[in-house]
Amino acid sequence: MRAGGLPGFYKPSVGQLRGVCTWIVVRVGEMETAPKPGRDVPPKKDRLQAKKKKPRRYWEEETTLTAVGASPGPPRNKKRNRELRPQRPKNTNIAKKSRISRKPQLPKKPRERGNTEPQRSVSGAQDPFPGPAPVPVEVARKFRRIDKSKKLPHSKSKTRNRLEVAEAEEEEISIKAARSELLLAEEPGFLEGEDGEDTAKIRQADIVEAVDIASAAKHFDLNLRQFGPYRLNYSPTGRHLAFGGRRGHVATLDWVTKRLMCEINVMEAVRDIRSVWVRHPLPENDRALTPFPLNNFSSPSRFLHSEALLAVAQNRWLHIYDNQGIELHCIRRCDRVTRLEFLPFHFLLATAAETGFLTYLDVSVGKIVAALNARAGRLDVMTKNPYNAVIHLGHSNGTVSLWSPAMKEPLAKILCHRGGVRAVAVDSTGTYMATSGLDHQLKIFDLRGMFQPLSARTLPQGAGHLAFSQRGLLAAGISDVVNIWAGQGKASPPSLEQPYLTHRLSGHVHGLHFCPFEDVLGVGHNGGITSMLVPGAAEPNFDGLESNPYRSQKQRQEWEVKALLEKVPAELICLDPRALAEVDVISLEQEKKERIERLVWSRPQCSGPTTLPMLPVPCPPKYGTADGGCHISRTLRISPLSNPHLRATTLRPKLPSSRSQSGRAAARQQAW
Amino acid sequence: MKVKMLSRNPDNYVRETKLDLQRVPRNYDPTLHPFEVPREYIRALNATKLERVFAKPFLASLDGHRDGVNCLAKHPKSLATVLSGACDGEVRIWNLTKRKCIRTIQAHEGFVRGICTRFCGTSFFTVGDDKTVKQWKMDGPGYGEEEEPLHTILGKTVYTGIDHHWKEAVFATCGQQVDIWDEQRTSPICSMTWGFDSISSVKFNPIETFLLGSCASDRNIVLYDMRQATPLKKVILDMRTNTICWNPMEAFIFTAANEDYNLYTFDMRALDTPVMVHMDHVSAVLDVDYSPTGKEFVSASFDKSIRIFPVDKSRSREVYHTKRMQHVICVKWTSDSKYIMCGSDEMNIRLWKANASEKLGVLTSREKAAKDYNQKLKEKFQHHPHIKRIARHRHLPKSIYSQIQEQRIMKEARRRKEVNRLKHSKPGSVSVVSEKKKHIVAVVK
Repeated sequence: MRAGGLPGFYKPSVGQLRGVCTWIVVRVGEMETAPKPGRDVPPKKDRLQAKKKKPRRYWEEETTLTAVGASPGPPRNKKRNRELRPQRPKNTNIAKKSRISRKPQLPKKPRERGNTEPQRSVSGAQDPFPGPAPVPVEVARKFRRIDKSKKLPHSKSKTRNRLEVAEAEEEEISIKAARSELLLAEEPGFLEGEDGEDTAKIRQADIVEAVDIASAAKHFDLNLRQFGPYRLNYSPTGRHLAFGGRRGHVATLDWVTKRLMCEINVMEAVRDIRSVWVRHPLPENDRALTPFPLNNFSSPSRFLHSEALLAVAQNRWLHIYDNQGIELHCIRRCDRVTRLEFLPFHFLLATAAETGFLTYLDVSVGKIVAALNARAGRLDVMTKNPYNAVIHLGHSNGTVSLWSPAMKEPLAKILCHRGGVRAVAVDSTGTYMATSGLDHQLKIFDLRGMFQPLSARTLPQGAGHLAFSQRGLLAAGISDVVNIWAGQGKASPPSLEQPYLTHRLSGHVHGLHFCPFEDVLGVGHNGGITSMLVPGAAEPNFDGLESNPYRSQKQRQEWEVKALLEKVPAELICLDPRALAEVDVISLEQEKKERIERLVWSRPQCSGPTTLPMLPVPCPPKYGTADGGCHISRTLRISPLSNPHLRATTLRPKLPSSRSQSGRAAARQQAW
Repeated sequence: MKVKMLSRNPDNYVRETKLDLQRVPRNYDPTLHPFEVPREYIRALNATKLERVFAKPFLASLDGHRDGVNCLAKHPKSLATVLSGACDGEVRIWNLTKRKCIRTIQAHEGFVRGICTRFCGTSFFTVGDDKTVKQWKMDGPGYGEEEEPLHTILGKTVYTGIDHHWKEAVFATCGQQVDIWDEQRTSPICSMTWGFDSISSVKFNPIETFLLGSCASDRNIVLYDMRQATPLKKVILDMRTNTICWNPMEAFIFTAANEDYNLYTFDMRALDTPVMVHMDHVSAVLDVDYSPTGKEFVSASFDKSIRIFPVDKSRSREVYHTKRMQHVICVKWTSDSKYIMCGSDEMNIRLWKANASEKLGVLTSREKAAKDYNQKLKEKFQHHPHIKRIARHRHLPKSIYSQIQEQRIMKEARRRKEVNRLKHSKPGSVSVVSEKKKHIVAVVK
């Protein structure tokens, strides 16, 4: 079934927190006007209109006489409008457009009250732009949630009606959202060469010289040769930068104002660093294990700026520091961690370890949600898919495996390279994955559907680090050079032919991260940290309710509470995050079958003699004995179908036979 | 080289003074709002849970009657006024805002069987066991005056119900026959009978105002047209119907509260099959009243609970009960469609919210927006099992709960028997009768 196929569903976007009410009101207003006619209809209507003369009101007559002079009554007035209209070049450029864009551009019927009144103004002047403003197709498509290409399922007329209404509503929402694009304040940056000039030849110094002072200040080098190679991480709002050196140097700073927030040396190798944006992670299991138990709840330092916490993968264990540099937790269950990823909407900290385990730690309650054995040896290549929170692990046999905490097995395995995978990155729309391997190849994969490779390129030394920017720029760290490739636009893969920018650093690249909402790429290398200017990398317009770089203390607190309230359970991570809104046809059929089984008898068909299927009657489980019942409950616990959230939907079926069995068991269990 | 870097002026994003509102720029781009569906699902789950947390429907209990409350009437013009008649012949007028009785009348000897207000709201009528119909002024007597009815009609038989025409000075009573009265006369304009049994209630149609419906103890529901002397048609059910109520929005729809624990919504044009059978009560249904929107109705039952049914659903969406409430005899949905009143055996009138978790009082625009958003989310995800389970859960008193279980078993057994009979008899000799048709005995025109 199509997305949002459930009857009567309408999908307010996450963004439309407060927009629903106004939206409903507007919609009702629009419903009053009859459906818009096709292109050939209006003249006909006009003729009808002319035939059926509207009773003339005394005030109307007066205004027309005084204002338009000898202009005739309303019907002929309208006719004149009709004649004038085609002179506007309105149809020249929109001749070939889909239904969605054409609809609002059509002139409304002359009978409509809202339209005629402004046209017949006192001065007799006409509205030069009648009807609603046109909406570009591309923009409207960006906001569309229902796939129109799929046909509506065969259903009863009532259901069908509701589906159609839902679809129309959905279309209207997307148009409204597209129209609101006009209000966006900022334009994305760009870098263009003069004719024939290669942008890759442009040096950072040239860019710094050319741009304004505020932007030029964003380019800086931190010369930290002593504690070398650095890994770094920007906070989701893009305000704070955390970095950790291999030789134990950990620091966070507000990189815009260059204010140092904390600086410590953990006296141990630091392998990875992540800023974790939650205020009170209370791992109850681990508090007893903490070597320096911090019961300083009364200490004021805890409440000064508990903006961010820092998860640092140290030589042995995972440590969590607050932004004063005070160690809060030492999580010994995550040992010898090599890579960290934070899933902000699930409050999960995913850690990949040398032991081959992928561990998910829920930082809001401090519990380990899942510890999955990848069975592929040492893990040191990991990235998250920001679209669906699936973790991508790169392995030494050239495969990339996709993981969710709900499944013990990988959701998918993709063979990407001959030889090991060195780096993986996924873009913000979750459409493209870039991988680089020991075979010196850089490949881009399409993550929709069958994981097809789109383009590949051999690099002289191979890329050790990859990162995608918000607008789809791909940065690769190749020994001491950073190459950046750009695509056509936001939704297109980067073309690997010609780099967009290159930059040589003073040491080997060790970490790459694009700063969100700023045209800046942070590079950690042997010689310290470099903040590069990459025009056009970041999304220019942030959403104030999601991640606001300029938010105040109060706003951040409010956001934190809201974010915690809508923490997405870890079990909901699957390849298609929209699956929850779809009808789970498999379970539906299963349930139907079980119901028939339970009731023994279904309604007989109208035609022919009634023959009753002899269905097996389920016998109740034997509690207290070691067989049947226990076995079922054990299978239930691991089955995703036993999860009450998930029973309405499916994960992408990986192992159909075992899944259906456990689903059956679940349904049967439920039936009893 | 042409270059432009993203460079924001913080003044455009930060408020100037502390007195300003915070600036919140929005961008509805889907990539900036990931996990839209799971997050909305969690929001819907939270909204559903909060709805159950705030479900506190009971508002007030109006006590003062010295016997069971037998009938209730709404004031047509004043939302705050409600009238009630008790089994000891006492009529009380209540003010709902003050939650106080403002007037007490000893109207009849024996039960007050029926009470109805005139459409203009200046007077009301009562019928009682003492074979009289009395008209009373809505306003109390002046100082020094005695509490006396405006008119008294002495009848020959006991009247069991009364209803007033919605537009004209005509009212109808029922007893052994249905009588239509002019307010000015002491004898009925016409009397209509069909069969010889006592008629328990009569109701005027609020839209097609000449139509009446009545239900009698010989298990039938009879429809009349006031303009002609004979009844229109009748439908005979399995068991006795206690009351009927017309849908105030759809002229041809009415709902009958039946002794067989069910309610039947009929389309009066096709009486042979009810539009919907509403079953959830576990004892006889005694009264029913529609919401003014015509979308829902409330029913009162002998099982000490009241239930709210959507018109097009066979199961109730809400059940109200308290420890102290006994058999509920009469129920009314107030004219602003926000409250429900019920009168019960243990002499109390209870006031409930029609939406259990609704916040009363004036809402700010943000509250309203949040409410609407949550409502839409709940609607969107209502079919998800986890949410459905929470939304559907109601605590029931043990008696009702166990009776539901018992009746489920009985129903299952009957169905099994039917299936077995069907299975073991010659094909075509046993026919399957649908639940809707099962309870209709005959339709007579």
